[in-house]
Amino acid sequence: MNAADTVTVETGTADTGTADTGTADTQPPALKEQLQRANRRARWKALGLVAPLLVFLLITFVLPIFSMLTRSVYAPVFADVMPQVSEAVRGWDGKDLPDEAVFAALVADMSAARADRTMGQAATRMNYEIPGTRSLFMRSARRVAHIQAPYSESLPALDARWGSRDVWAAIQRVSHPLTPTFYLSAVDRALDADGSIVLNPPEQRLYIDLFWRTLWVSALVMALCLALGFPIAYLMAHMPSPRANLLMILVLLPFWTSLLVRTTAWIALLQTQGVVNDLFVWSGLVADNGRIQLIYNQTGTIIAMTHILLPFTVLPLYAVMRGIPPSLTRAAISLGASPSVAFLRVYLPLTAPGVGAGAVLVFILAGGYYITPALVGGRTGQLISNLIAFHMQESLNWGLAAALGALLLAGVLALYWLYDQLVGIDKMRLG
Amino acid sequence: MPITTSLNTRLMAATAVLALGLAACDSGNESAADAPATDAPATDAPAAQAPAVPGEEDVSALQPDAATADDGVTLTIVSWGGAYTKAQVEGFHKPFIEKTGITIQSDDYDGNIAPIKAQVESGNVVWDAVDVETADAVRLCDEGLTVPVDHSALPPAPDGTPALKDFLPGTLFECAVPVSIWSNIIAYDASRYPDTPPATLEDFFDLDAFPGRRGLRKIPKVNLEIALMADGVAPSDVYAVLATPAGLDRAFAKLDTIKDEVIWWETGAQPPQLLADGEVVMTAAYNGRIFNAQVAEGQPFGIIWDRQIWDIDLWVVPRGGRNIDAAMDFVSFATSTEGLAGQSSWIAYGPPRKSSLALIGAYAEDPRIDMASHMPTTPERLANGLQNDYEFWADYNDELEQRFNAWLAQ
Repeated sequence: MNAADTVTVETGTADTGTADTGTADTQPPALKEQLQRANRRARWKALGLVAPLLVFLLITFVLPIFSMLTRSVYAPVFADVMPQVSEAVRGWDGKDLPDEAVFAALVADMSAARADRTMGQAATRMNYEIPGTRSLFMRSARRVAHIQAPYSESLPALDARWGSRDVWAAIQRVSHPLTPTFYLSAVDRALDADGSIVLNPPEQRLYIDLFWRTLWVSALVMALCLALGFPIAYLMAHMPSPRANLLMILVLLPFWTSLLVRTTAWIALLQTQGVVNDLFVWSGLVADNGRIQLIYNQTGTIIAMTHILLPFTVLPLYAVMRGIPPSLTRAAISLGASPSVAFLRVYLPLTAPGVGAGAVLVFILAGGYYITPALVGGRTGQLISNLIAFHMQESLNWGLAAALGALLLAGVLALYWLYDQLVGIDKMRLG
Repeated sequence: MPITTSLNTRLMAATAVLALGLAACDSGNESAADAPATDAPATDAPAAQAPAVPGEEDVSALQPDAATADDGVTLTIVSWGGAYTKAQVEGFHKPFIEKTGITIQSDDYDGNIAPIKAQVESGNVVWDAVDVETADAVRLCDEGLTVPVDHSALPPAPDGTPALKDFLPGTLFECAVPVSIWSNIIAYDASRYPDTPPATLEDFFDLDAFPGRRGLRKIPKVNLEIALMADGVAPSDVYAVLATPAGLDRAFAKLDTIKDEVIWWETGAQPPQLLADGEVVMTAAYNGRIFNAQVAEGQPFGIIWDRQIWDIDLWVVPRGGRNIDAAMDFVSFATSTEGLAGQSSWIAYGPPRKSSLALIGAYAEDPRIDMASHMPTTPERLANGLQNDYEFWADYNDELEQRFNAWLAQ
């Protein structure tokens, strides 16, 4: 960061310098040229200094993200695997069923794809349009060698869905490489045969709820972190140095410990036969057969995430509180404010930059958390990132993963913008 | 100038937030790669993914005698970990290493075949042979992701019977060679039920008579079949019912009745652990894992064999691997009569060769235990059991997984 900051300042000065010399006509041209040359050198030097960082970011961050985002709208696989029917179906007007030529092209493509063992790719792509059509394609491709022309009759006889306009409209859609399907799926919607957007049936809806749940859990974790972190930061900022340092180490030690270790430690603590439940039973709060389910649900996710993200609120709060002169509160009290009024009206507003920084950091990090919910979240504690990971690693529906990721990113940016409007980003201090 | 300053501050603040966020995300991702979920093909550190089952030694990396390892081939053999992988290591990895001098790197996975697809399509195949379920073997073959097997090259039985006749009918596939017959059963903690232990699939869904949490694998396969059979569908009709929308609704409705009490597991080593920890009182499990918990760890577990769902596991060789010939040699060796019999003396999974069945004797670590009586392949257990319909799952898995995930999140 430091190098980048310095560079920004240098370039800034250089620009101003150029502007100044431009207006001074009386200067000898040689000097002007010299100055310009020096400025240019400084600019190149600055660029050279940031170049490694720029290249690094470009290769490891911008390009992969760009290629992922491309996948969310670009899926040419169907037309690649099934070229004849993709070509033939383009001329279909969408009113009645397509004519025999289109059916024949489909049968030819299916036989070829089955022989090349590429049928699965095209069928999977179709399944994203209409859930259930993967098996339609796979089963039909397996049996297509045994049916006779005219295919516009024998194919629907094999499976009635070949006589459905919905299926053919979907084939027409997937023959185009560009598609809105993944974004629509990411908000539980789909296109129907007439091309209008409809909500998915209830048993297939998933993502909208998960986005809301992610928002809710992030907001709750943020609130809990602030509530727990504020007193700790206050204590650290107003303690004598040696003891404050000790407290600081206690805050930092978990911060430096592996995320995985901390999460699994919570499993040992919170499970039904774990330490916390044992304590409850021992103290008589709950009966031995009525142990509380604290883990593998949303409670577990919230507890573990709050613990893991706590340092992200404590550290900026501490940095800001250290910078508040104690004399201000004292002055308020000497002018007649009660200690609580002095705290609420003088001290608290001054901590706003730290509160803002901690809140934004925790909220953004919580929105993207997936390893902790995956380990302790069970069924009800899964967040949207778990589904993104699922589609990346298990279902291999990268288009949908990319669309969900893009929506999450857009949501975070929107909240960031909102924060800037309400509080102002320039008021934020990260310590 | 004040405007520029303010803008600069904003930009810097934004960059700082982004950078910190990225740093945190990155560390999260790294941790994920080290996570116990074994889907990351970590070739350099598979030892870190050793199964978390107490009492099981680390069997991940085996070295041959330095003198015999001349060609330097290392095969990455991927299986399900835990007691199962241990049985395979004892049954045929060790003899294979001794015989050929090829090094075997044993890696675990959770049965999710997506990494195979990702590896083949990216051209970076690090898994040389993988132990997969039948539906996945069929699907991988359909999609051209695995190499066809020359059945005539498989070793004959000791009495000279050719391999094609020695393997049980219907177990050899175009791109896969069978390695074990195993079963999805319900296991329970017998110490909780001294008088009337649960005995049927209906009992698994009966929260009144048998209160307590249940364990199920976090995939639609097997769960939907169990639900339908517990709801009164005969085993022979299960897949026909499941192929209809009404049947599917019925299966999910049955699962709804216990949904709030279910803990979802992902790897085969988890169910015995969940039972031992008291997290669940009954759980779907693989019969071999429960057998090993019973005999090797002395756990008081019982097995409900009622309407077990049995399946075959097979070796597949991903296309585009660097050591396809050596991997095929390994598959031939592992599925030879002795290899399969060796595996069956360590875990209660049936060998898919007739000639191996005759060789099943006692448990390798305790001669008093007769393995045959713990196998899912005894006539009475097969009689009311259900064979997993691999064609159904090869075709329907994706769409049912989609529905299952939505159901799970609701």
